[in-house]
Amino acid sequence: MSVRRLAEDKVQPQEFAFNADNKKWAKQTIAKYPKGRQQSAVIPLLMRAQDQDGWVTKAAIEHVADMLEMPYIRVLEVATFYTQFQLKPVGTKAHIQVCGTTPCMLRGSEDLIKVCKSKINEKPFETNESGTLSWEEVECLGACVNAPMAMVFKDTYEDLTPERFEEMIDEFEAGKDVKTGPQINRQFAAPEGGHVTLTDVPAKATKARKPAAKPASNTAPKPTAKQKAEEPGAKVKTPSKTAKKAAAKADDAEMKTPLFEAPEGQKDDLKLISGVGPVLEGKLNDLGITTYQQVAKLTKKQIAEVDDRLSFKGRIERDDWKAQAKALAKGGADEYRKVFGKDPR
Amino acid sequence: MLTDKDRIFTNLYGFEDWGLEGAQKRGAWSQTKSFIDKGRDWITEEVKGSGLRGRGGAGFPTGLKWSFMPKQNDGRPHYLVVNADESEPGTCKDREIMRHDPHHLVEGCLLAGRAMDAHAAYIYVRGEFVRERERLQAAVDQAYEAKLIGKNNVHGWDFDIIVHHGAGAYICGEETALLESLEGKKGQPRLKPPFPAGMGLYGSPTTVNNVESIAVVPEILRRGGSWFAGLGRENNTGSKLFCVSGHVNQPATFEEEMGISFGELIDKHCGGIRGGWDNLLAVIPGGSSVPCVPGDKMRDAIMDFDGLKEVGSSLGTAAVIVMDKSTDIIAAIARLSYFYKHESCGQCTPCREGTGWMYRVMERMVRGEAQKREIDMLFEVTKQVEGHTICALGDAAAWPIQGLIRNFRPEIEARIDQYTHNAKAEGAVPSVAAE
Repeated sequence: MSVRRLAEDKVQPQEFAFNADNKKWAKQTIAKYPKGRQQSAVIPLLMRAQDQDGWVTKAAIEHVADMLEMPYIRVLEVATFYTQFQLKPVGTKAHIQVCGTTPCMLRGSEDLIKVCKSKINEKPFETNESGTLSWEEVECLGACVNAPMAMVFKDTYEDLTPERFEEMIDEFEAGKDVKTGPQINRQFAAPEGGHVTLTDVPAKATKARKPAAKPASNTAPKPTAKQKAEEPGAKVKTPSKTAKKAAAKADDAEMKTPLFEAPEGQKDDLKLISGVGPVLEGKLNDLGITTYQQVAKLTKKQIAEVDDRLSFKGRIERDDWKAQAKALAKGGADEYRKVFGKDPR
Repeated sequence: MLTDKDRIFTNLYGFEDWGLEGAQKRGAWSQTKSFIDKGRDWITEEVKGSGLRGRGGAGFPTGLKWSFMPKQNDGRPHYLVVNADESEPGTCKDREIMRHDPHHLVEGCLLAGRAMDAHAAYIYVRGEFVRERERLQAAVDQAYEAKLIGKNNVHGWDFDIIVHHGAGAYICGEETALLESLEGKKGQPRLKPPFPAGMGLYGSPTTVNNVESIAVVPEILRRGGSWFAGLGRENNTGSKLFCVSGHVNQPATFEEEMGISFGELIDKHCGGIRGGWDNLLAVIPGGSSVPCVPGDKMRDAIMDFDGLKEVGSSLGTAAVIVMDKSTDIIAAIARLSYFYKHESCGQCTPCREGTGWMYRVMERMVRGEAQKREIDMLFEVTKQVEGHTICALGDAAAWPIQGLIRNFRPEIEARIDQYTHNAKAEGAVPSVAAE
């Protein structure tokens, strides 16, 4: 659990107000949620406040709370719980969030953090001397196949090397536009050097492809002859119906062979037993249990068997189906009420 | 290998237009009205028949989950909530869907909404996916404009989609924490029961599904549940987005048939293991929360729910993290322990205190600054955290460590020996201490 507190009072501004555009946007956002549920908009609004000011101030928290008619403490809770909210000022030109979780770590994120330490500040969340840059190590940002990666404000920078990362930091400092996405010659999450799949979709065949996307690189395997041969065939791979049925039957056979012989005559409504719903009733019927009598007379061993077969995890005994069924068998709902003091179900 | 014509996400790499026109050219939004007209039971049955299991990690059958929604409307609205809070380390599949094939998801929401009598869907996108969220919102706006969704749309089923977002909390990927967060609170999981299907978002019946589970639904309905069921093995059907990261030559996200072997997966799509197969140390086959598997057991492993259970792990989100022999496996797992410590919501004591405790011990294990008996103690503690918390984060924090101790105990012991040896050599530990 991460413990986070608001910034010290001396850096907190006195007031906060959304600018005109954001005010309009906030109104629309609140209106997206059902009436009386305006609290749902708290995260989007705080995020917009952060976008506007660079960090979440105490004044912003109170302002958002007033807008949504929430107690201050509830908004404070949200602001401190979610780690994407910056609770103190960060670099104005770039706040670099380096992903350090294992998939990125395996591809060298530790070297990126060293770069941050030497180029920006030894400590995370502290700005460099001019106040333009800051950094932090964050948890998985969800671009693991493009590791290692970093995020700056809204954009991700992927497939980094320490050299490129240093360059990037300089570019941010100089206020230049930095190329987003993969920093090497690669199409998003496709394998580097050209994609192996999605090469023979008909609609694509006629389309000129960017040079970066060679159909297959040297290392990538070519489609086998077998696959090629299959292509002109049926559009959709459909298994033969008989095969499917046979497979389904085999499965059924294992799960559904009745353990008991279902008695002649009318079935009881097993759903009256607390703990049995329509689905369980169906399963019990499949096993050959259809009457209260049967349930009431289950032996320990049989209970274990039924339990095992239907993975009830001890429910039969926990809900005491036997006692319930006994009452129901004896005198129906009336007897049940007498014994248990409540209506069945 | 799956052929391209059996692939659902045909614009995975963003070569083509993500927008409505491009999506329609690739087949999206066709026949949608006929599916809606066939009604909720038909859609649910078709999805059940396809054998689709939830793609968010737990692998619960999607059609079955939908059928838990109340059949009769008791006056409360029904909600579909799409879990796009993709934060499991190693996982980056939903990101590609949202930014390159968003209309699959939008159309899927409408159809899934019909199947559970819902007229509104909330898509909860993780806060860090800013551009992905903007893209998804743009796709939703396009669909509104073309009257594909919204009030009085061409499909005859009023449906609203609201794109919501979080702000960097892994725990919000847990369904009830996500609902809490969506209601504007801290993302702390709820006790179950009541389950979301009875009482979820705003106290109404709700179903929470992963992005991929919803996005494959339109194609399943178009091609028929039996088509999807024909891919993969019994009980593990369909195709799946895999994300392979770590020490492979070409890490990538791609769609592949379930049940492909690990060897084929790596050789065909990722250009092999860095340094060859002999250099493979261990694999985490399903996102950080599943136990790691030693390399020698992995090459022939079948990549589906049951196949990976056989090697003592799990498919999870199909996020494969590969580690070669240059990896300090103890440090790699310790980093995951740090992750869970950071992301624990603080609600249950075993997890709040346990994740920190486990991380601190793991840190010492990385340096070797520990006693060998502490390995057993650590294992014991993971067992005490596991299963004693409201949500599964406690379990998720425990399993990687258990996997490490089960499979790499000699490694940990060697590290401890090494440390003791060095300490003796430097005189920190007097070598006569035993006498």
